[in-house]
Amino acid sequence: MDSLERGPGQAGACGPLPGRMLQVTINGETHSFATGTTIEQMLEALRLPGEGVAVEVNRSIVPKRTHQEALLSDGDEVEVVTFVGGG
Amino acid sequence: MSQGVEIRDIEQREESADAPDDSRDDALVLGEYRFTSRLFVGTGKYSSNEEMNECLEASGCEVVTVAIRRANLDDPEKSLVSHLDRDRYTLLPNTAGCYSAEEACRYARLGRELLETDLIKLEVLGDEKTLLPDPVATLEATATLVAEGFTVLTYTSDDPILARHLAEAGAASVMPAGSPIGSGQGILNPNNIRIILDTIDTPVIVDAGVGTASDVAIAMELGVEGVLLNSGIALARDPVRMARAMKNALLAGREAYQAGRIERKLYANASSPSEGMVDGTGSS
Repeated sequence: MDSLERGPGQAGACGPLPGRMLQVTINGETHSFATGTTIEQMLEALRLPGEGVAVEVNRSIVPKRTHQEALLSDGDEVEVVTFVGGG
Repeated sequence: MSQGVEIRDIEQREESADAPDDSRDDALVLGEYRFTSRLFVGTGKYSSNEEMNECLEASGCEVVTVAIRRANLDDPEKSLVSHLDRDRYTLLPNTAGCYSAEEACRYARLGRELLETDLIKLEVLGDEKTLLPDPVATLEATATLVAEGFTVLTYTSDDPILARHLAEAGAASVMPAGSPIGSGQGILNPNNIRIILDTIDTPVIVDAGVGTASDVAIAMELGVEGVLLNSGIALARDPVRMARAMKNALLAGREAYQAGRIERKLYANASSPSEGMVDGTGSS
């Protein structure tokens, strides 16, 4: 249940916009991000390397090449998967 | 009586066998892929990632299976991402744990995005107790994923008719279970595996049920193209040694298949000459 709120002064030119927060569900847990957060920024905040995961938002895959531009929206249901041991 | 049936079966298989003569170039071809090792090894159930890697190396495998699961946000190290050498191994994502065609296809697409591969080991399970495949959903998911361009390796039961349907649906490999997943019971119905081999041209890989090295050899002697296993190595008392045993069994079974076994006979046939016995006894 991270709260990843950023102060208005921390947002860079391309970073999350100050002000309103949005709530998303990631792997069943609620997280808060600033409006304008991209998938790439979300993964960075979660300390997940982009090459080791795949991301689904509202049951649609968000391809890796679009992680830089794709924005989170309030209420998004996000699944972040990786590979683990299996037969 | 069963002896006679057995002998006829073997003769038929030899006529239809298309084993390559040269074992030096004995690649396994699945769709666009070409593999030198016919042993596929799973990455589950090892006591550590180090042990897993030692086992993979000892097995000589080239293809390793992995499962797709939620990333652990509290402990990203639980992923195998930093523990498998992707330059060395071809990762084959599976849809283990899926109980519907829709769910399995979702996992397959996630696997493709995650691993940048069109290979998928498709599993659509019927129930948790047997882990047997749901045949209807398995066939449906195979057709869907083939249409989406996947190279589909389909886990199935040893039912020859279903195997035929899966081959017709475009599976790159039909992978019958020798016995239930993780049961270690070996090849329970070699006759069905033989009938599958006789029925379809699609490569057949025995997937699941292998308990020990002789199970691998028996599967390969039947003429299957490869064996996929996990628990048989990971849960052995000495997993690394068992991985090596599995590798050797696979090579032995493959060579025996290519060499062509002798006919089974009811009575003895002496290997030593009956002529030239001292005292002049024996037939001349």
